[in-house]
Amino acid sequence: MPPTLAVPVIKNRNQNRLFKVLSDVMSRPSGAIGLSLVVFHLVLAVISPFIVPFDYREISAMLMLKGPSLEYWFGNDHLGRDIFSRTLLGGREAILVTGIATPIAVLWGSFLGIFFGLVGGRVDEFSMRIVDAFLSLPWILKMLVLIVTFGTGIGVLIPTLAFFYGIPVIRIARAATHDVVARDFISAAKARGHGRIAIIRHELLPNVLDTLMVEGAMRWSWMLLAFSSLSFLGFGASPPTPDWGLMIADARGFMSFAPWGVLAPVVFLSSLIIGINLTADALAKALGIDRIQKAPV
Amino acid sequence: MNLDNRPLIEICDLSIGFSNEEKQVLPILRNIDLTVRAGETVGLVGESGSGKSTLALAMMGYLGNPLKVLNGSTSFRQQSTFDLSVRELEQIRGGQLALIPQNAGQALTPTQRIGRQISEALKLHSKFTETQRPERVIELLTQVRLPDPATLVDRYPHELSGGQQQRVAVAMALAGEPDALLLDEPTTGLDVTTQAHVLELLRDLAQETGTAMVYVSHDLGAIARVCERVVVMYAGEIVLDGSVRQVLLKPVHPYARSLLASIPKLREASLPAALDGRPPAPGDVGNGCAFAARCAMVEDRCTHERPSLQVTKSGERVRCHLFEKVEQLAAPGPGTAVERSSLKQAPEVLALDNIAISYTSRGLLDQILGRQPNNTPTVDDISLVIRKGETIGLVGESGSGKSTILKAIAGLIPARHGNITYNGNELLKASIDQRDKNQLRRIQLIFQNPDDSLNPRQTVAEILAQPLRLYFGLSNQELHDRSVEILERVRLGGHYLERLPSQLSGGEKQRVAVARAFIAEPELVLCDEVTSALDVSVQAAVLGLLNRLQREFGTTYIFVSHDLAVVRALADRVALLYQGRLCEIGPVADVYSLPSHPYTEVLLGAVLEPHPDSVPVLSADDIVELSPMPIGCPFQRRCPRRLGEICDTQTPPWQQVSSEHLIRCHIQHSDLQKIQTQQVS
Repeated sequence: MPPTLAVPVIKNRNQNRLFKVLSDVMSRPSGAIGLSLVVFHLVLAVISPFIVPFDYREISAMLMLKGPSLEYWFGNDHLGRDIFSRTLLGGREAILVTGIATPIAVLWGSFLGIFFGLVGGRVDEFSMRIVDAFLSLPWILKMLVLIVTFGTGIGVLIPTLAFFYGIPVIRIARAATHDVVARDFISAAKARGHGRIAIIRHELLPNVLDTLMVEGAMRWSWMLLAFSSLSFLGFGASPPTPDWGLMIADARGFMSFAPWGVLAPVVFLSSLIIGINLTADALAKALGIDRIQKAPV
Repeated sequence: MNLDNRPLIEICDLSIGFSNEEKQVLPILRNIDLTVRAGETVGLVGESGSGKSTLALAMMGYLGNPLKVLNGSTSFRQQSTFDLSVRELEQIRGGQLALIPQNAGQALTPTQRIGRQISEALKLHSKFTETQRPERVIELLTQVRLPDPATLVDRYPHELSGGQQQRVAVAMALAGEPDALLLDEPTTGLDVTTQAHVLELLRDLAQETGTAMVYVSHDLGAIARVCERVVVMYAGEIVLDGSVRQVLLKPVHPYARSLLASIPKLREASLPAALDGRPPAPGDVGNGCAFAARCAMVEDRCTHERPSLQVTKSGERVRCHLFEKVEQLAAPGPGTAVERSSLKQAPEVLALDNIAISYTSRGLLDQILGRQPNNTPTVDDISLVIRKGETIGLVGESGSGKSTILKAIAGLIPARHGNITYNGNELLKASIDQRDKNQLRRIQLIFQNPDDSLNPRQTVAEILAQPLRLYFGLSNQELHDRSVEILERVRLGGHYLERLPSQLSGGEKQRVAVARAFIAEPELVLCDEVTSALDVSVQAAVLGLLNRLQREFGTTYIFVSHDLAVVRALADRVALLYQGRLCEIGPVADVYSLPSHPYTEVLLGAVLEPHPDSVPVLSADDIVELSPMPIGCPFQRRCPRRLGEICDTQTPPWQQVSSEHLIRCHIQHSDLQKIQTQQVS
């Protein structure tokens, strides 16, 4: 028997790993800031209907384009509505739509990506050219085509976003699969005679999950931006729903003399997106899939 | 040669380390004192993690990212290297002090022609004018013995073989006419014949030019050939420093003794002695001697008092309290002999009948027209019979198709034609999907690199559970018990169950891989270069383990390796492969003695032994062939004993030298014996 070595023995590896990754994310300044921002926005989205001081639909001719005051903290918009209340509520639809669409996008994208990565050959070659074709189209164009055809509303927006944002995930999942498939532990499993499903579940998935998690976080931030852009163009949330993109669009014309109308939703939207990006970055570093390697020893 | 006896590189009490996440300072190098004089050739030897590369790079004033100098200094020609400005360092690096990296293929710029790369080195580090440079480039390429330098200058790095790339790297290093060359494992990863050629070149260059060399390697055989002096490193310390002859024949440090004992020898059919345990991690060395935990001679004093570097009577420096005692010991004896029972009557386990394997798949047009591809298969005409309980070694250079044959047996690559018969009557289907579970269970595969063959996300328990669930349908307690049992068999123990591969050392990982294969209760285990990614001391332990398991379970091995000495230690019979074709097959003792197939002769001649008087015999060029010859003898292009046209046009016949020993050559085996014995004498 070799001497027993002082290596920590881990119990409950999965819980332990999740905890370790989370604490690693929180130990990085970018991760701590990012995750706090994300959590702040998520909590706000849930509780905002109960804490807003005014009804977001309440129109008042007296208050049109008034600047910030003690009563109306962020000022009023061109219809005299309270911008503070509208801003607090403005992320709800965006977070709801993208929060549902992102997991769907990552799920179907990685499913196909892993499939193509495993099968390879002509199927892979052919399908990836289709993926390339989709990727080469400007995103706003292809999305507008679907929305114009089927109309707006959550029922159309979620599948549309989930579809188009799943396509780049195929590429990422396929590349991650290729990295793993070439390794000997996959050959070892094949040589033992495991079925394809077992190999995917036990050997492949645990090794590509990290990449997919980070990819999912990044997709979410891009999807949020896309949703807000659609709202800005008038194809996302429909009035009078308070939505950041829509609010920016409405206040745009008065920007030169009533900048608060644009400022509040812009700050909220960008803080959420920056928060997600920072978290994704810290997550990638904590999971060790960051390009910059740690100490070489 | 050493007229100029000034110190060139001087290292004084140098310690280098890094800070970990807990802000502790962990030393990688500890109190290094070393002087390299002009024209001297010094070998730095040690196992992975011993700090030898860090030391070599420190000589150039280079530290990797988190590393910092904790103590001491290093100087080049009385200039303190770490105090120099970037500009001054640029003058020294490449000019007076040149580095030859391990992987020349990655060190050369892929988009630049060879000529331009060398000419750039000349521009930076020599006085040659623009018009003189092309001529000098040709001169340099000739100096490193590259064939046809005039056309070579227009080639790109990827058009050259590994050995040629390494020569180009040497030529580039010589461009600045340096005072010293630093070589960081320059031949690791090259084939034996190529390695021998490159080493001879380096040896000659050192003599011709009087350049000092610092040769970093884990391979004592290579160092024995190139260097005059050896510095043995362990856990970031110099433990022994002396002449090659002294260190290799009468090492006065226990670590050097064990290290030498763990190297398999070509002339001995015995398992080398293993060195238990593993070197301490940076920061884990206590107050005592770093080697105390693994030392066979350890005394009380060793565990709490750090030995200093002392000078022996014969002029070596050694870091050991007990070196006087070690000096009295006899030279390390041979390893444990492997019992070879006669296996002639044993039943056959596997028979390969005229197997051919091709990697090129049929193109679309061929598929539509139903045409067979008419290219020459990568592996062809392989017929082998493997008997129960024996170990057969498959030996060849890289690209000889040895791993491909294993994959075909395992069903990972279907053979183009030919039959694989199991137990004399069971025909094995070509692909895994068509084989039944029991057939799959009986044949298990162990891979070269355990870092790659163990899933980094699975614990040892999960790794071992895969075959148990698949083949025996076990679960819970039974599964646990069997896993613990097999771990004890491979000398690891049940407390390893919850560990991840990243928490194991290289040797422990390979033990887990061995355990995973043996837990399936296989009859035939295919070993694919299982020890070549391991340090020598660990290699010896794994070889010992494989041998013990074979005796316990009566397993049959097919052992693929490029290392003739390792095969000698373990195998009963050897088959030599060149370009996917068999050249020679027979019992180990017969194949390693005369007569040999000319290819065997070339391979055996190129093996470097850790002995100061071992001289390689280089009888063939080290060119690398990319594809096998469609007709004639596969070895026709490199054969030193070529007869003439018959070799190019006719496939040589199998000649029976003795009942079991076969050689495939046009030359009569009695003639071969005559020529080869003449040459030896």
